[in-house]
Amino acid sequence: MRVALFVTCVNDTLYPDTGRAVVTLLRRLGVEVDFPAAQTCCGQPQFNTGYRRQAEPLMRRYARAFAGYDHIVTPSGSCAAMVRDNYPRMGRRARAEGRGGHLAELAEEVVPRTWELTEFLVDVLGVTDVGAYFPYPVTYHPTCHGLRLLRLGDRPQRLLSQVRGLELVPLTGAEECCGFGGTFAVKNPAVSSAMGDDKAGHIRRTGAPVVCAVDNSCLMHIGGILGRQGAGTRPVHLAEILAATEEQPYGGPR
Amino acid sequence: MSGRTHLGMPSFPDASRTSTRNTTLRANLGHATRTIRGKRDRAVAELADWDRLRAAGAAVKDRTLRHLDHYLEQLEERVTAAGGRVHWAPDAAAARRIVTDLVRATGEREVLKVKSMATQEIGLNTALRQAGIAAYETDLAELIVQLGDDLPSHILVPAIHRNRAEIREIFTTRMGDWGRPAPEGLGDDPAELAEAARRHLREKFLRARVAVSGANFMVAETGTLVVVESEGNGRMCLTLPETLISVVGIEKVVPTWQDLEIYLQLLPRSSTAERMNPYTSTWTGTTDGDGPREFHLVLLDNGRTDTLADTVGRQVLRCIRCSACLNVCPVYERAGGHAYGSPYPGPIGAVLTPQLRGTGTALDASLPFASSLCGACYDVCPVAIDIPEVLVHLRERVVEGGPATVRGTRTTIRPAAGHAAERAAMRAATWLLDHPGALRSGQRLAARTRRLHPRRLPGPGAAWTATRDLPRVPAESFRDWWRRNRPEEGTDR
Amino acid sequence: MSAREEILGRVRRALADVPAAEKPGDVPVVRDYLRVHDELTPGQAARLLAENLAEYRAVVHRTDTAGIPGRVAASLAARGSRRVVVPAGLPEEWLSAAGPEVERVPDAPDLGPRELDAVDTVVTGCAVAVAETGTLVLDAGPAQGSRRITLVPDHHICVVRAPDQVVCSVGQALERLDPARPLTWISGPSATSDIELSRVEGVHGPRLLEVVLATDR
Repeated sequence: MRVALFVTCVNDTLYPDTGRAVVTLLRRLGVEVDFPAAQTCCGQPQFNTGYRRQAEPLMRRYARAFAGYDHIVTPSGSCAAMVRDNYPRMGRRARAEGRGGHLAELAEEVVPRTWELTEFLVDVLGVTDVGAYFPYPVTYHPTCHGLRLLRLGDRPQRLLSQVRGLELVPLTGAEECCGFGGTFAVKNPAVSSAMGDDKAGHIRRTGAPVVCAVDNSCLMHIGGILGRQGAGTRPVHLAEILAATEEQPYGGPR
Repeated sequence: MSGRTHLGMPSFPDASRTSTRNTTLRANLGHATRTIRGKRDRAVAELADWDRLRAAGAAVKDRTLRHLDHYLEQLEERVTAAGGRVHWAPDAAAARRIVTDLVRATGEREVLKVKSMATQEIGLNTALRQAGIAAYETDLAELIVQLGDDLPSHILVPAIHRNRAEIREIFTTRMGDWGRPAPEGLGDDPAELAEAARRHLREKFLRARVAVSGANFMVAETGTLVVVESEGNGRMCLTLPETLISVVGIEKVVPTWQDLEIYLQLLPRSSTAERMNPYTSTWTGTTDGDGPREFHLVLLDNGRTDTLADTVGRQVLRCIRCSACLNVCPVYERAGGHAYGSPYPGPIGAVLTPQLRGTGTALDASLPFASSLCGACYDVCPVAIDIPEVLVHLRERVVEGGPATVRGTRTTIRPAAGHAAERAAMRAATWLLDHPGALRSGQRLAARTRRLHPRRLPGPGAAWTATRDLPRVPAESFRDWWRRNRPEEGTDR
Repeated sequence: MSAREEILGRVRRALADVPAAEKPGDVPVVRDYLRVHDELTPGQAARLLAENLAEYRAVVHRTDTAGIPGRVAASLAARGSRRVVVPAGLPEEWLSAAGPEVERVPDAPDLGPRELDAVDTVVTGCAVAVAETGTLVLDAGPAQGSRRITLVPDHHICVVRAPDQVVCSVGQALERLDPARPLTWISGPSATSDIELSRVEGVHGPRLLEVVLATDR
């Protein structure tokens, strides 16, 4: 089984710990994972802001970089959703514009192989107990794309509930958007911040020292607000919790 | 009489900068939308076949839209055969003129109105006033809006932004200017306020000779119109006057009588979260001795055919105006309905308004961006409109321009103003991301200078740092870490 | 060019992507939703109708055909009704137990809104009732009269004969109804949720809806 990590541009540049955690975790589960260095970005920021044609070279790059792998695993719900929902859409649009079926074929080719991390663990590897240890109360924010596009369901909670020492604290208004929304955060800063304030308030009221999610971009926004509020709650990607063990405990951002 | 219009309103980000700070508005909206969300979930969960109803509701609308000319002609024939008269209005001005002329022909100087999105859209009340005709809104929430010289902010509950204390104040100070004043010592209990509205409007209902309505559905095969309501003000307007004028968007047609079995289940549960709304009226033309002697149907285009011409945007015409998408939208809940600058607020407004009106103004060009793309609207939509898909599609029209139909003419529109810098930045980003070597260099530069990065950014970046800390740039990118640990692997291609 | 031709022309141009040979029926519509949500016996359907009507604040009385006159008379007396609108075709016996002090006002074309406003109660039958939604449908037929008589008076007594007039679902009701007739679907008394989304019963329509559900086996 040839498995490639699609780390995503945000994790690559800002959250390398998350990428390292995925490598550690999968290796512990006996999965050797590659990092094809030709990968960069799925094109989501371009696509969602209206620059669909600008996303096309990145879609082609994605298909090329991950050619030949059985599975492409990414620690980002929204990037997985970008590939799964929008690559076929880009293919259909290109065809409708009389530009041939090449993009549509690429989409068909990469979509079935692309997995968000928790899907890969639960659906492909068939595990929910990954042997992790994380002795803290944790609250989980199900991101919109994980919840409503990927339909991750309770996969993340099932994984978290098997982590030794971890106490999962329920979050009020969990299914409501945190207000990040990519360029929405800067194009509509007032509403974005208002949504983030409410989300941060719910998180703080859980009393948990850690909030986790399957997407660092949402956590960047939530963490940015928590930080500005001076809250001690730390945003941690789910992969980093699942990678932690008694022998190699979670060390925090390096 | 309400003279306010949506003309010249600021862009969504500007309007919402103010509205998000209005704590009363935030509290009113938060309370109301939370209440209705819970009720709607329970009403929908009662039906085991909800998803199948939803799919059928979407499919019937798609069938109708793909053959809209056929169904409109059939509808016209049946309405006419049943004693109604059909008028066609390509735009708002034509619709206003038709209605005004019809009212004038009756010799009346006042009309009663059932809540109608289409007449809001065309600005009918203002046109009637200019023609010396008083138009009285009879829906309780529309009455609150009209008396308060306000604008509606929700499709189903136009006065959702008002709480009971504000409504009591409006009734006490303004009802007397319009007819029967509010009773002395009016309290703010909703039942008491509703009673005041009943007494205020009663006299108007009993003397009315002309009414203007919209319709929720029009059945092509029978020529039947359907109005779904709760208070009975609709029944009053539809049955007591001698003349009834219904202004209805051309997309409201459904093919068959049987199709109503889908929508009469989808609509009440999605909108008021009831198994069935208190009153539904259906009528076909005119009936001797029962109801209006004259019935006029004004079929309204006003941008709908432009929307129909867009194969992605077309699905928005499935909308049955239930407002479920507003009630779940976190953006609507915080920005409020007025920020959308149109009678159609919320997610559906963000995809409908820029199609009906075009993206020519700063406000209309900002609407497709008034969403975090969280997808809650698509989940609850009873006719499965993929609102996020259309939002992104319309964003492309704003930032890149491209083919569109405007007032019936196929054209290539130019990008909206103000996106040149963003377009250049996106192109630069794409270039960088398509060159992993350059990306790596950039990451290394950022890592080397990371202690120099400011906590607050100037320019566009300030939109982020005004309320949020920036993430710290790590000492080493993942890419470099991988290369350091796996020198044998991975070449940039 | 007329406005009609203009709009229809725009529609046709907008649908350039639809193949010319495509017929409306070619666009797939799968109607695999449920005909009824629960298979109910006639007794269960009547019970569900009563429950759902009551949940939306209609007052429901269960009786049999023989009990209708007494029940109607009791409701009129409880309300203190002195003037009652009577639609054509209303079975005479339904009002037979009401005393001579109750004036019967026949539905007629010249019975306008103001005259109706001076009436206390209207007594009608219905065309069909829907159990799943708690809905009564009036079709202006015999025992129902014109739409305005069940609108202006503040008190409506509606007699429903079970099992004949009770169906389970909205779809079953539509099948029984003639769209050419003006229909009024009534689910409880008039109501509003326009103030803070809290429901208030009784706005412009009758504020008291009493349903006499007469079941014979």
